[in-house]
Amino acid sequence: MNRDLHDTNSSAVLTALSETRRGSGSVALGMVLTLVIDATESEHYDALKAANAAAREHPCRIVCVIRRPGKSAPRLDAEIRVGGDNMLGEVLILRLYGLLREQADSIVLPMLLPDAPVLVWWPGDGPAVPSLDPLGLLAQRRVTDAASSTKPTESLRARALDHSPGDTDFAWTRITPWRTLLAAALDQPFDEITTGEVDAARNNASAELLAAWLEDRLDIEVTRRTTRGPGITGVRLMTKRGEITITRPDGRLASLVRTGQPDRAVPLPRRATDELLAEELRRLDPDDVYNETIKRLFGNTTASGRLAGGDAQAQQLTRRPAPARKSAAARASDVADTPSRGKKVPALKRAAKQAAAQQAPLPKATGKRATPKGPLPRAKTAAEKAALAKSSAAAARRTPARKAPAKKVAPAKKAARTRA
Amino acid sequence: MSPVGREAVNPLRDPRDRRLPRVAGPCGVVLFGVTGDLARKKLMPAIYDLANRGLLPPGFALVGFARRDWADEDFAQVVHDAVKQYARTPFREEVWTQLSEGFRFVPGDFDDNDAFDALAQTINDLDRVRGTGGNHAFYLSIPPGLFPVVIAQLKRSGLSAKNGDQWRRVVVEKPFGHDLQSARQLSNTLSDVFPPDSVFRIDHYLGKETVQNILALRFANTMFEPIWNRSYVDHVQITMAEDIGIGGRAGYYDGIGAARDVIQNHLLQLLALIAMEEPVSFEAQSLRLEKTKVLSAVRIPDDLAAYTARGQYASGWQGGQKVLGYLDEDGIPKSSKTETFAAIKLEVDTRRWAGVPFYLRAGKRLGRRVTEVALEFQRAPHLPFAATATEELGQNALVIRIQPDEGVTMRFGSKVPGTAMEVRDVNMDFAYGESFTESSPEAYERLILDVLLGDPPLFPRHEEVELSWEILDPIEDFWEKLGQPEQYRSGGWGPDSSIQMLARDRRVWRRP
Repeated sequence: MNRDLHDTNSSAVLTALSETRRGSGSVALGMVLTLVIDATESEHYDALKAANAAAREHPCRIVCVIRRPGKSAPRLDAEIRVGGDNMLGEVLILRLYGLLREQADSIVLPMLLPDAPVLVWWPGDGPAVPSLDPLGLLAQRRVTDAASSTKPTESLRARALDHSPGDTDFAWTRITPWRTLLAAALDQPFDEITTGEVDAARNNASAELLAAWLEDRLDIEVTRRTTRGPGITGVRLMTKRGEITITRPDGRLASLVRTGQPDRAVPLPRRATDELLAEELRRLDPDDVYNETIKRLFGNTTASGRLAGGDAQAQQLTRRPAPARKSAAARASDVADTPSRGKKVPALKRAAKQAAAQQAPLPKATGKRATPKGPLPRAKTAAEKAALAKSSAAAARRTPARKAPAKKVAPAKKAARTRA
Repeated sequence: MSPVGREAVNPLRDPRDRRLPRVAGPCGVVLFGVTGDLARKKLMPAIYDLANRGLLPPGFALVGFARRDWADEDFAQVVHDAVKQYARTPFREEVWTQLSEGFRFVPGDFDDNDAFDALAQTINDLDRVRGTGGNHAFYLSIPPGLFPVVIAQLKRSGLSAKNGDQWRRVVVEKPFGHDLQSARQLSNTLSDVFPPDSVFRIDHYLGKETVQNILALRFANTMFEPIWNRSYVDHVQITMAEDIGIGGRAGYYDGIGAARDVIQNHLLQLLALIAMEEPVSFEAQSLRLEKTKVLSAVRIPDDLAAYTARGQYASGWQGGQKVLGYLDEDGIPKSSKTETFAAIKLEVDTRRWAGVPFYLRAGKRLGRRVTEVALEFQRAPHLPFAATATEELGQNALVIRIQPDEGVTMRFGSKVPGTAMEVRDVNMDFAYGESFTESSPEAYERLILDVLLGDPPLFPRHEEVELSWEILDPIEDFWEKLGQPEQYRSGGWGPDSSIQMLARDRRVWRRP
C-alpha cells in the first residue's frame, strides 16, 4: 500500500505510516533495525531495490532521504510504502527541498525505530567523514561505497583518515568471498608463507584491502599487479615449497591451484548490491578486522599522522581479546583522551597529515578542524545522539558534508569496471 | 583435527571476523539410497544450497550408490531435477557446473562385494582428481534393516579405514531402533566400525533454527529464567500435529506408530531442551551432559491407563476433503494395533520441575500441521478484581512454535477498552520465520555442513537415544497388552481419551 504526503512533517509522516500499516493488515512486524539511505533521485531506485531484497533477511524500516536540487522553499514530501508484493518491513521516501536539505537529521530522527540499531548507507558519493555527517551521527553503522567514486582508492583513503569504528565500505564487503576462500585454503595444513600477490584491475579499492588484509594477517609482503580485470583476478601466496593460487579471470569462476594437489574450480561470482547490503546488515557492531586492515593500508604511509591519535584507541579496540564490547568506563576514557591527541602529533607527521588533507580536499579546513578528530564519543541513547548531532555536527554541516574527495560525475561504466 | 584447533593455527581466521563463514575442508559425501524421497527432496537440494552459499569446499564430490543401471550423467540428471524442484536458493549455472563435475555413480547391491570395491576405487580416484583428501561421509538414507550389511561392506572394502588426519564419518537417519534393545544393537553395529564421534545421528528437528533458538531464548535472556521453574510454570504441553495421514509409508509406519516415530526422538529432544539446566558451554559435550541428565530424570506415570492415550484416525472429512481411516489405508491390516495418535504425561524429577507435568502428544490427520512447545503458567495467586472481571482471563502462556510460522507467542491478560474493568487474554507475537525463512539455512543444510565440519552439538548421541527408549519402552509394553486403539475423527484434535487424560488433572489441551 502506498501513500503520498506533500509539504508535510515528521509527525504527520509517522501518523500516516501507522494508519497505512493498520490498513494493510500488518500491525506488528518484527523489524530489527532502521536502514537510512542517503541517495540522489537517480540512485534511489536501485538502492531501494537492493534494500528491499536485503530486508527479506533483515526486516527493517527503510528511510530513504533524497535531497532535491534547486532553489525552492523548504518543504518535505514523503512517500510511504507498506506491504505489497515481495516487501517486508516498510519504506519511507523523504524528499527534501530548499533549506530543509541541510536538516535531514532532524527529519529522520523521529522516524528511527525505538531501541533498534541504525545503519546509514550512501549508495553514491558519500560524505568525506561519515561519522561526522549529520545522518551518520544518528547511526552506529555507516556504509559507504568507494567504487561509486571515480577514484575508488583515493576515496577509501580519504575516509580512512577519519575512520571511526562502525564505518565500513562495500569495497571490503566485496572481498568476503575471496577472504572466505583464502581462509578455507589455510584451514588445511600449509607451509610457511613467504610472499603474496594480488592481481586486479587498475584503481581497485577492494584489491588494496585484500592485499592489506593478507599483509596484516600473514605478516608478509604482498605485491599488487595490475591486470585488465574485471575486478580482482587473482591472489597468489608463495610458500616455502610451492604456492596457493586462486585465479578468477572472468569474474565468475575461480580455480584454486595448490602445489601437489589437483586444481579445483569454484564459483566466485561478483556480488550484487543486495548481497553486499545484506551482509552489512548482519553486522551491527564495529568491524574490528576492517579497522585493522585500513590502518594497515593507509596508517603506515601518508596517513600516519592523521591516524596517530586514533591509533592508540584503535589498538585498544582491536587488539583486545575476544569479548570486543567496550565498557562504559573504557568509552569514557576514550573521550577524555580525545583533546590531548592533537598535541602528540609530531611535526613530521603533521606535515604528512596536511599532505593527506590536500589529497582529500575539504573546502573549509578551519571548519573541519573545529570538529573533534577520530572516533567520536559514542552516544548511548537517541537523546544523547540528538544532542551530539546538534552540537558537533553543526560545524561539519557548514562545510558541505556531502563533499566527497573526487566529486566529479563518475562515468558509470568506469565505476562499474573498477568494482571487485 | 577439530575445528577449534584448526582456527588456532590459521592466521587468516579471527574470532572477531564474523563475516567469514565456516567452510568445510576438502571432502566428499557418499549417498546410499539416492532414489528415496528424503534424498531427492532434502539432501540433494541441501547440498546444492550449501554449494551456492559457498560453504562446500572446492572440489567437493558426491557419490551415489544404488541398484540402478545408471551412468554418472544419469545420476547428475536425477540430482539436477531434484535441485531444480526443491532447492531454496536460485539455480546458478556456474555453481551447478562445478558441483556436478564431482558427481559419480556406482551401481550395485548392498551385498555385492564388487560394487563396494568399485566404490572404494571411485573414492580413491576422487581423492586424486578432485582433491577430496580422503575425507568422506557415508550418508545412509536407507531402511535401518540394511545398516548392518552396508556397514559390514564399508569395513570389508576398507572404506571405513582412514589414514592420519583424514576422516570417515557415517550419517544415519531416524529411526534409531524401535526399542531399547534394537537401539543398542544399532549402536553396536555402528560402533564396531566407526568410533562414536564419527557417527552422526540426524534428527532434523535439532537443525531447525527455532529449536536452536530455544537455547538462545532461555540462556541469553534474563526475563525468562526466573520463571522457568515449578514456582511459576503450571504445566508444559508439547505438541506435534500433522494434517496428513501415513501416505505411502504404510510399510514403515505400521508396527511403529506415533510414539516411536516422533515422541521418542523429536518430542523428547524438545522436552530435554526445555527442561534441562544451563550447560556450562555450548560445546557438544556440555550440551549432551545436560540433556542426558534431564532425560534420566524423566519419570513415567504410575497409572499408565489413566495418563497415556492413543488413537487411530477414522475416515471422515478433513479440511473439505474426504479421507480414509487408518485401517482402510493401503497395506494396513484391519487388525492393526498401531497408534496414529499418542499422548503421554511425563514428570521430571528435579528440583526445578518437581510436580510440573509435561504433556506430550503427537498424531496424524489432526486439525492442522503444527509443532509447538507451550509453557502454561500458574494463575495469579490473587486477583484484586471482581470475579466477573476476569472471567475471560486464562493462564499466561509462553508458546514456542517450531513449525510452521516459527516464532514465540506470549499470552497475557489485558484490559478490554471501555468503562468497565474486564480482563481478557491477548497474544504478543514474535514471528521468527516471517523474515528469516528466506535465507536462513534449511535444517538439512545446517546438519550436513556440521557433519562435514565434524561439529557434533546438534546430533543426539547413543546415550540420549537409549535414555529416550528407556522412557518409552514401558509405555509401549503396556499398550501392547491392550486392544485396538480408539478411533478418532480425522481433522480434529485426537481421541477423547487424550482429552480425558488432561481432564483428570483439571487441565485442557491448547488448541494450537
